[in-house]
Amino acid sequence: MLRYILTRAFSLGLSLILASVVIFALIEVIPGDPASYMMGLNATPENLAALRAELGLDAGPMARYLAWVGGMLTGDFGISYTYRVPVADLVADRIWVSLPLAIYALTLSTMIAFPIGIIAAARRATWADHGIMGATQLGIAVPNFWFAMLLVLVFAVNLRWFSAGGFPGWTDPAAAIKALTLPAVALALPQAAILARVMRSALLDTLDQDYIRTARAKGLSRAQTIRRHALRNALIPVLTIIGLQFSFLIAGAIIIENVFFLPGLGRLIFQGITQRDLIVVESVTMLLVFAVILVTFLVDLAYALVDPRLRRT
Amino acid sequence: MSRLPTALWIGATLSGVFLIAALISLVWVPHAVDGVAIANRLQPPSPAHWLGTDQLGRDLLSMLMVGAQTSLAVAVIAVGIGVALGVPLGLAAAANRGGLLDEVIMRGNDLIFAFPSLVIAILITARYGPSASNAILAIGIFNIPVFARVARGAALPLWTLDYILAARTAGKGKIRISAEHILPNIMNLLIVQATIQFSLGILAEAALSYVGLGAQPPIPSWGRMLAEAQTMIYTHPMLAVLPGLAIVLMVLGLNLMGDGLRDLLDPRLRRGRA
Repeated sequence: MLRYILTRAFSLGLSLILASVVIFALIEVIPGDPASYMMGLNATPENLAALRAELGLDAGPMARYLAWVGGMLTGDFGISYTYRVPVADLVADRIWVSLPLAIYALTLSTMIAFPIGIIAAARRATWADHGIMGATQLGIAVPNFWFAMLLVLVFAVNLRWFSAGGFPGWTDPAAAIKALTLPAVALALPQAAILARVMRSALLDTLDQDYIRTARAKGLSRAQTIRRHALRNALIPVLTIIGLQFSFLIAGAIIIENVFFLPGLGRLIFQGITQRDLIVVESVTMLLVFAVILVTFLVDLAYALVDPRLRRT
Repeated sequence: MSRLPTALWIGATLSGVFLIAALISLVWVPHAVDGVAIANRLQPPSPAHWLGTDQLGRDLLSMLMVGAQTSLAVAVIAVGIGVALGVPLGLAAAANRGGLLDEVIMRGNDLIFAFPSLVIAILITARYGPSASNAILAIGIFNIPVFARVARGAALPLWTLDYILAARTAGKGKIRISAEHILPNIMNLLIVQATIQFSLGILAEAALSYVGLGAQPPIPSWGRMLAEAQTMIYTHPMLAVLPGLAIVLMVLGLNLMGDGLRDLLDPRLRRGRA
């Protein structure tokens, strides 16, 4: 088990280093002067020189990379060029929108996908199965931001149950959760469609196994067999997909935050892009990639908990 | 299994309609989409404008047709990038199984997987400005590891087969064997994967152009049509509904086609697709 964790942790570290090199190279090393890009038409030689000094552009790439990574490790994400405040402060504000949104969406998607995936597998080749599979096929094809717009159209414009966007802050938790509900549903449903399909096919695979027949022969009911034996073994592929989905969830959240005008990390990145604030874009992107890689690592650890065979390798 | 050809049929018909619409729009559209005719704006459907007009007086049907062209072009080239770079990498990894090359290629793939394609697009556009070609690049990069993985996974078991051994004994090198014996045998899987990536590419293009990181005005694209319609969703909801419907039908068609093709080309894979 320890060796398994150590190997995973090593590859976690390696991925993080490589990811930071890629992001740094894309933003800062590839031809073109970041300072003149950020300043655009306002650039005067004096301004440029000042910004270059602030960004430390006069140092070599290696020194700048180390300074950037070293800063991030100690919580110093640089100073936003447009807001003139530390990026870490901006992130600390906005993570309380993005993180709850991601968790809300993941919870919804799992709560929807598990039961319908299980029903589809248990009633294989019945109308229930065909109906569920058809619905999930449609769910996969729907872009989440368009689905979000339809939700706004129905629940905010016509029924007026929810507001069309914005975020009131966490001082009133009920209002905050209400504001996150439509965005979370928009994110969750397409994900749930994929997850339900994975759940169904993973469960069908395990239901074909001999030990399931043994369990049935022993006198367990079909429902008991699924609950006690099949489900646990079907969880491995399902966990893999949940892990992968987290990265899609993060990407999806970047867009959904823009649909609902939520002040999260996604909107921060887009404001960074339109204002050419490369410092914000660079650090926040790294943070998101870090989150994705960390979740992959946690999923790997979860495998070991679900499947004892993995602990020995 | 009798419903499988049906899936293929429906899928091919749906995607075919959009492909034809896109091809027709290359030479003819009902109304030109580059002109602004404010007097004509926000018209309801009529014999002159079958689906009505948008906020700038452009014919919605024509916009959707040219939008299909943008969507298809981006997705085709992005899949092309994935195939052209991913397949050789996957074949090389399989030919050198367990070796350093295999390790490097697969770890490199893991790394790209850690970046959601949208994040790559954001990085590229943040630095080089938004455009259709940067969107293609971002989606294409993400396709590389997908095809590398599929090619490697499919090629690995083939390397243990007798006819490959025979080819090796005959003195053929790894590259020639990969090209002449392995590639033709994994073609089916690659075609199915290409269909899937194609539909994902359409979704990704729509998302990127929706947030303004894809094709730039005046090139029509479904994603940007949706973005522009968003402010008018209270008064003219159809402007927001139609482009979305086009995306859904196109993607649904491709996915059904992928499912159908998979079952047609490989009867062993007759299972529900994940």
